[in-house]
Amino acid sequence: MTNIIVEISKYILIILFAIYTYKCFSVFRDIDYLKRRSILRTQSGLTFAIHFIAFLVLYLTMDDKPTVLIFYASQAVLLILTISLYTTLYPKASRLVLNNMCMLIVIGFIMLTRLNIDKAIRQFMMITVSIIISFFIPVLIRRMKSLRNFKYAYAIAGIVFLLAVLALATVTGGAKLSFSLGPVSIQPSEFVKILFVFYVASSLWDSVDFKNVLITSCIAAVHVLILVASTDLGGAVIFFTVYLIMLYVATRKPAYLAGGILAGCGAAVLAYKLFRHVRIRVAVWKDPFANWDYGYQVGQSLFAIGTGGWFGMGLMQGMPDKIPVVTNDFIFSAIAEELGGIFALFLILVCVSCYVMFLNIAMQIHDQFYKLIALGLGTCYIFQVFLNIGGVTKFIPSTGVTLPWISYGGSSIMSTAIMFAIIQGLYILREDEDEELERRKALERRRQQHEARAQRRRETVRTRSNDRPGRYR
Amino acid sequence: MTGRAATGDHNPEKKRKKRNRNKEFAVVTYVTIALFIVLIGYIGYFDLYRSNDFINSPYNDRQDVYADKVTRGEILASGGQVLAKTETADDGTETRQYPYANVFAHVVGYDSNGKAGLESEENFPLLTSNAFFLEKIQNDLQNKKNTGDNVVTTMNVNLQQAAYEALGSNKGAVVVMEPSTGKILAMVSKPDYDPNTISDSWSGLNSDTDNTPMLNRATKGLYPPGSVFKILTALEFMREDSNYTDYTYNCTGSITQGETTIQCFDGTVHGEEDLTLSFAHSCNSSFANIGLSLNGDSFLSTCESMLFNKDLPCPLGSSQSQFKENGSSGYAVKMMTAMGQGETLVSPYHMALITSAVANGGTLMTPYLVDRIQNDAGTVVTQNEPAVYKKLMTSEEAASLTQLMSAVVSEGTAVELSYGDYSVAGKTGTAEYSSDKTKSHSWFTGFSNIDNPDIVVTVIVEGYDGNRNARAIPIAKSVFDAYYGNR
Repeated sequence: MTNIIVEISKYILIILFAIYTYKCFSVFRDIDYLKRRSILRTQSGLTFAIHFIAFLVLYLTMDDKPTVLIFYASQAVLLILTISLYTTLYPKASRLVLNNMCMLIVIGFIMLTRLNIDKAIRQFMMITVSIIISFFIPVLIRRMKSLRNFKYAYAIAGIVFLLAVLALATVTGGAKLSFSLGPVSIQPSEFVKILFVFYVASSLWDSVDFKNVLITSCIAAVHVLILVASTDLGGAVIFFTVYLIMLYVATRKPAYLAGGILAGCGAAVLAYKLFRHVRIRVAVWKDPFANWDYGYQVGQSLFAIGTGGWFGMGLMQGMPDKIPVVTNDFIFSAIAEELGGIFALFLILVCVSCYVMFLNIAMQIHDQFYKLIALGLGTCYIFQVFLNIGGVTKFIPSTGVTLPWISYGGSSIMSTAIMFAIIQGLYILREDEDEELERRKALERRRQQHEARAQRRRETVRTRSNDRPGRYR
Repeated sequence: MTGRAATGDHNPEKKRKKRNRNKEFAVVTYVTIALFIVLIGYIGYFDLYRSNDFINSPYNDRQDVYADKVTRGEILASGGQVLAKTETADDGTETRQYPYANVFAHVVGYDSNGKAGLESEENFPLLTSNAFFLEKIQNDLQNKKNTGDNVVTTMNVNLQQAAYEALGSNKGAVVVMEPSTGKILAMVSKPDYDPNTISDSWSGLNSDTDNTPMLNRATKGLYPPGSVFKILTALEFMREDSNYTDYTYNCTGSITQGETTIQCFDGTVHGEEDLTLSFAHSCNSSFANIGLSLNGDSFLSTCESMLFNKDLPCPLGSSQSQFKENGSSGYAVKMMTAMGQGETLVSPYHMALITSAVANGGTLMTPYLVDRIQNDAGTVVTQNEPAVYKKLMTSEEAASLTQLMSAVVSEGTAVELSYGDYSVAGKTGTAEYSSDKTKSHSWFTGFSNIDNPDIVVTVIVEGYDGNRNARAIPIAKSVFDAYYGNR
């Protein structure tokens, strides 16, 4: 009986998620406010339905049933609280971003519970803390108008953190990129990403003349080089891309983009020649089986994705644990194996939908500084998704980055939560901006009407006085 | 999302300005979306076309999970005969049985102590059940295993048995193919083993390095080709010299260039001969003479286009054949290579592919062993269709080679094959493989029914020492006879 439920649930999950994904994009099309609101509410409903069905299957198939039940209830409460608090505290926040955040969290919970319930519980706590913290961010963004004035502080803080990681990596022979603080381990580069975006945005907002572009590029290069030296390839590529995109948009000069891409290619070739770990990654990408000692992880990942096929094996029916550290970088493969290739493709589309919304926000803000922040964070997010999924599917060499919201890891969750909250803050600012604009327009209209009336009155007076020439002469 | 897309943009002038202001943002968004479309396309492509390679990889432990839920399917010959099946005892223990025992050993393979042959290559379909869904639900409810799909091969039991018996106690291999489709009809390699008792005999089989019974000699055995290589030398000669029909040579039983002397087989003096007679008599002197005139670089590129030094299209594991002559090779190498000695090595399967291309007007069809996968009720799940692999030579070249190979049977070294009621074109070979000149490998490769070729047969017998039973031609004849029903 359980088998049948597992089998059927597989298809229901795919259908529900397909509807959810469709609504992620159809919402952009509908201009009618009420229709949008209903679409967005349906999405929340779908999220809870997927959550329920998946945990029903986990409850039936996993051994530790009471824990699964309690854990499910806690997650549901967390989600309900998050959605209701967000919608009451920040009625102007983007509901789509909120929905996608919840959906990604739910998918992460499902997979992590299935893979390793202890890690899932720890992840749950990290997400709770991160969401609580992120509640304060939109209001901070709104209050702190002077964020753009600290460009050197961002750069210095970022570089100091990265240097600390480099020192650690050197001491441990490149094995560790995170600090342990009691039970929590912190990976500073996750947070430096945000500082970096703030640095670039404030610097390029300040000026886009050649001299400043040169200085900014040098400082950005320092970030990237430190990351390369501490063997964090994924981080280096993300920082580089984010900088290039922000530079191109801020200066509006495609030449910078072209030059940057050329420099990037050159740097990639150089890195390949200089670093053994780069060569290994490329060799594994070319043929994971020829270099089985290193290619084992990617090979297992491809077995998982291939074996899962379009519809997946069903929750608890595959062998995702065969992939080393599947809970972190390779969770996408576990999703593809058990929930199916179609589900995994829709997951990619949901991530893209987040990105489209981020860029949509960036385009609608008027303030260049905030525009660049939204662009930088959006690029950072989507490029990380690309590196992760491209890496585990062997589309590109694996670079060892996490899948935001879904991979296990406190630092990744916290920094993603902060990024999403900043974007929400900007969205709210934009709504304010629009209201301000409307208000000013109304004022202007009133003033114009007023003036027109005054003018008319004056003209009447003048006409009258013209009627009686000589009086004022 | 509160309907702001249209806010404040009623003025077309303003709208344009805004669009202009955001041009770079739009560019970045579209490029990113394009990147993801490519990624999604790649994953779709992977799932559709590439995933089977990975699923079937011997490194993939996931396959064993299926075995807990699915009873392994059967491997069948094209006539429906069972080549491998799983018997389940009352207590649920499963044994894999091979009714033909040693006869299909290397093709069908085994499923314990690892996997080999089709048991390995087709592991995934064998452990996948496409049974009718109601049946599956019923099995689920009763907690019974589903039945895996059956693999229907292109193997012909009649031909396989004929080849197996004809090869007798010799070491060697036989490959039979259908040139017009690429179907592999029979593949025998000896010495062999019994897959039914593989677990018991495992250590003995693997430690027998003299006989290497586990090795599939048909696809993985590399042999000096001897005179069968003259097919390639003749092809290269035709390509380099358009007047090849005017070629003549006066054979005196040997040829000497520098310090190298090449002898004709048994020192026979062939006298005045053209290309056809040189080929039919397998005249070493004449071919060494041709070899001296050939351009080494161009010969290398012709051989590489004929899949030497390349991975062969092969449904089982195969070895790369080897050809080393090039522009800087000296006289000795050129003369030796032209007659199939020297450093050239080839697998019997590769010779069968080249012969298939000749028989099929120059076009090599993609070789295959699995005709279709069907569920336990016989409904077809996937059907393999013949497909062109590559045009190896022009149809004119193929026709010229066919004419040369016909002469081998009508008036040359394979005249024994001219007595049947079917026509044959082919090439024999005797390849020396060590300093012991009394022993050599005996080769034959050819096809029957010249006007509309039916089958290609390639035979190699190791260590021929003048004993008639160890010659390749009679073995090939047995296979042709079996095909045309004259056993």
